[in-house]
Amino acid sequence: MEAQKEKSMILQKEMISSLFNELAKAKETGKKVCYTFIPGNLSELIRTFDMLPVYPEINALQSAMRKKSASYIKEAERNAHSEDVCTYVKCDVGMMMKGNIGPTGEKIPEPDILLLSYTGCFTFMKWFETLKRSYPNAEVIMIHTPYQENAKMTPEMTEYMVRQLKLEVIPKMEKVTGIKYDEAKLKRHLELAKEAEDWIARIFETTKHRPSPIDAYFAGVYYIGPINIGFRGTQQAIDYYKELYNEIQERIRLGLGPITPEGEMKEEKYRLVVEGPPNWTSFREFWKIFYDMGAVIVASSYTKVGGVYDLGWRHDPERPLESLAEYCMNCYTNLNIPQRIDLLSKCITEFEADGYVTNSIKSCNSFSAGQLGMMREIEDRLEIPVGFIESDLVDPRYFSYSNIKNRLESFFQMLEQRKRIESNASV
Amino acid sequence: MMKKIQQILDECKELAFDLNFTRSRKWLEENPKGVVVGYMPIFFPREIVHAAGGLPVGIFGGGDRKQIVKGDAYYQSYICHIPRSIIELALDKHLDHMSGFIFPSICDVIRNLSGIFRQHKVGKFVKYMDFPQNFLPEIGGRFYQQEMEHVLSYMEEINGIKVTPESLNKSIGLYNKNRELIDYIYKIRQDYPWRLSIADVYHVVRAGTVIPVEEHNEILEQVCHYISGEVGEPQDKIKVVISGAFCEQPAIGLIRAIEEAGCYVVDDDYMLGSRMILGDIDNTSENPLEAISNAYIKQSQYSSSIYDVNDPKEYRLAKIVKDRGADGVIFASASFCDPSLLDAPIFQNAFNKMGIRYISFQYSENINQFKVIKEQVGTFSDSIKLWEGEPA
Ligand code: SF4
Ligand code: SF4
Repeated sequence: MEAQKEKSMILQKEMISSLFNELAKAKETGKKVCYTFIPGNLSELIRTFDMLPVYPEINALQSAMRKKSASYIKEAERNAHSEDVCTYVKCDVGMMMKGNIGPTGEKIPEPDILLLSYTGCFTFMKWFETLKRSYPNAEVIMIHTPYQENAKMTPEMTEYMVRQLKLEVIPKMEKVTGIKYDEAKLKRHLELAKEAEDWIARIFETTKHRPSPIDAYFAGVYYIGPINIGFRGTQQAIDYYKELYNEIQERIRLGLGPITPEGEMKEEKYRLVVEGPPNWTSFREFWKIFYDMGAVIVASSYTKVGGVYDLGWRHDPERPLESLAEYCMNCYTNLNIPQRIDLLSKCITEFEADGYVTNSIKSCNSFSAGQLGMMREIEDRLEIPVGFIESDLVDPRYFSYSNIKNRLESFFQMLEQRKRIESNASV
Repeated sequence: MMKKIQQILDECKELAFDLNFTRSRKWLEENPKGVVVGYMPIFFPREIVHAAGGLPVGIFGGGDRKQIVKGDAYYQSYICHIPRSIIELALDKHLDHMSGFIFPSICDVIRNLSGIFRQHKVGKFVKYMDFPQNFLPEIGGRFYQQEMEHVLSYMEEINGIKVTPESLNKSIGLYNKNRELIDYIYKIRQDYPWRLSIADVYHVVRAGTVIPVEEHNEILEQVCHYISGEVGEPQDKIKVVISGAFCEQPAIGLIRAIEEAGCYVVDDDYMLGSRMILGDIDNTSENPLEAISNAYIKQSQYSSSIYDVNDPKEYRLAKIVKDRGADGVIFASASFCDPSLLDAPIFQNAFNKMGIRYISFQYSENINQFKVIKEQVGTFSDSIKLWEGEPA
C-alpha cells in the first residue's frame, strides 16, 4: 500500500504504531497487558480496564508479511508441533521461542491476562492452553461463546455469556488491574464502537458502485485493522473511518476504481465475492493476480471475522454486557454453515458479483471444513461461476503461485465466457 | 442360559462395525414410538435420549468398510477422514432411520458438519451440542442443562414424551451400571491384559454404542464374569496407554497390530465417550439434569475438547500411566486431527521432563496398511524391555 498514501493510511499507521509503542512501555507505565483474539474481542471492556491488547493472530500475520513466519513455524515444528495444524499457532509459538520480538522490532511484553474469547474457532482453546504453559503467572480468563448452531442467538446463550462476564471475566480483570469496573465508562466505549461500526458498514457498502471504489478483501483487510485490534470503541477509530469514507466518496465522485499497490485499477472487469482468509506470505503476488485481470472483490467473509455488521447488528450502550455477548456470537466463524451461505449469497446478489471464489486455507478448519458444500450450494442457488484455490495463511510452503494462477485463469475464462453469452443474449 | 463367550465376542464384533445399524432398525420396529438419535464422537449424555424413549446410536465414521465416493467432494484432502465417511453414510441412507443427530462440540470439523447436515436436511433435527467451557455449576452447568433440554424438546416434538425425574434417574442408573462394568474390564486388564485382547475390548465397548443399554449391560456382565477367572496365557509384552484416538477411529487391524507388536494396551481413549464420566452420576436427584451436568463438570475424564487450565491434562495422563502400571504412552492421532495434534506438544514436552516414554504416529480410519507403525511399536516395546533394570 506504499504506492499512494492517503490520509487514512497515515492515520492507521499512527494508530498501530502508538499501540506497539505503548506495549513496549507497558512495564514503565504499569499498564496491564491482555492477550486475546480478534473474533469475539472484548476491546471495549479491555479499554474500560485500561489494558493493552495483544493479538497473537496479528503478530503471526505481520510475521508472515515480513517473511519471518517460515522460520518461526520451523522452530515450532522442531518442538513437536505437527505440520498439519493451524500455522498461526506455530508462527506465534515459534516467535515466542525466538524471543517474542514483535513487528516493530521490540519485544512484546508478557501477558498479565490471557483472555480466551473462545469464539468461532476451536484452535483458540488449544492455542491458549499452550500459552498458559509458557506464561504460568498470567491470569487465565475464558469466555465461552456458544455457537449459533440454530442460526439464532437465544436468550439462554446471551444469559450464559453475561453470567460469565459478571461472575468471572470482570472480577478477574478487576483483580489483575486493581481497577474497579465502571459501567458508565464501558457504555461510553460502546457508544463509540457503535458509531465506528456504522462507518465500517457504510464503507463496505460502497462496493455497490460501479466501478467499485475499493477492494473489499485485499484492501478490506487493512480497513478492518483498527476496528479489530483494539480501537473499536475509541474516537480515533471513528476519525479514521470518517476520513476513509470521505476518501472513498471522493473516488466515487471521480469514478475511480480501487487503489492497488501498483496504483489505480484501471478497468473493472469482474466483480467477485471471496470466502476464506487471504494468504499473507505472498499477499501482494496474490492480489496482483486479481487486479491484473481486472477483478475487484466486492465483498469477503474474512473482513467479517471480527464482527458482522452488514445485517444491522451494533453494540448497544443500553445493554452493555448483553451486547458484548451478542457481538461475540455474531462473528463470522461463529455463524453456522447455512447462515454463512445466506450471508455470502446476499453479498453476491446485492453487490452484483459475477463470481464467487473460495480460498481454502490448509490449516484452518474453522473456515475450510464445509467450504466445498457451501460453494456447491451457492453455485446451485445463484447459478454463478465459482472458483476454488488453496493456500495457507502464514506458511509459505503452501502457497503455490503457479497453481493458484492457473486455477484463477481458468476461472476468469469461465467468467469471460459467461459475460459473452450474457451480452449476446441481451443483444 | 449364558451364551458362550466366543459367540458374544463375535456378535459384538459384528455390531461394532455394522454400518447399516441393523440393531437400531430392529429396535425401531419393536418400538414404533421410539426415536433413534445418532451422535458423533466424542461424548454425549445418552441418558437423556434413553429417558425420552429414544435409542442413542454412536456414529464413528465408516472406517475401512465404506468406500468414499461423494464425501471427497465435501472435504478437502487436508481435513481428517471421518466427516467425509459420515456424510457418505448419510447420503447413502445408512442413517435414514435416525430422527435426530447430535454433533458434540469437539472441533470445528464436527461443528461445521452439523451445518452440512442442516443444509441437506438430514433427519428431523440436527443439534450441535455446545458443552460448557465454564465449569461453575451456576454458569456452565446451567447452560449445559439448557442444552440438554433443547435436545429433549426436539425429542418431545417427535414422540410426545416428557421426561420425568424418575425416568431420567432410571436411565442414569443403567448407564452408571454400564460405565461401572466397562471400568471393571479395564481394571482387570491392567493386571491381566492377556485375558481379553484389546481388539475384543474394543468390539465389546463399541457394540454398546449401537444397542440398547440394557442389552449391553448383559453382555458386559458376561464378559466381566469371563475375565474374572484365569484365562489366557501372559506374554512378554510391555504395557502402554493409547492417547489421542478419541474421534476418528483407527482400523481394527491397527488396534490389533499394536498389541501383536508387543504392547498390551491397558488404557485408551478410543471409545472415550462411553467412559467419559468417571464414577457414578447421582441417580437420586430431584433434578437429574443438574446431576448429569454436575458430573460432566466435576467428574469428566480429561479430553481434548475440554479447556484444561484448571486441571492440566499432562498430569492426568501421567497419573493414568502410573495407576495402570504402564511402561509408556502411544500417541495415536487421526491425520489432520487438530484437537489431538495440537495437544501432542503439550503432552510430549511434559513427558520429556517427567521421563515418561512415548511414541507417536498418525493414522486414517480407511487405511489398513500399517507395517511401518507395527515396526515402530515393536521397536518401542523392545527398547523398553531393554531398558528394564537400568537405573532410573
Ligand atoms: S480461525 Fe483458523 S487461522 Fe484462525 S486460529 Fe482458528 S484455525 Fe487458526
Ligand atoms: S478426527 Fe479430530 S479433527 Fe476430525 S472430526 Fe474428529 S476431532 Fe475433529
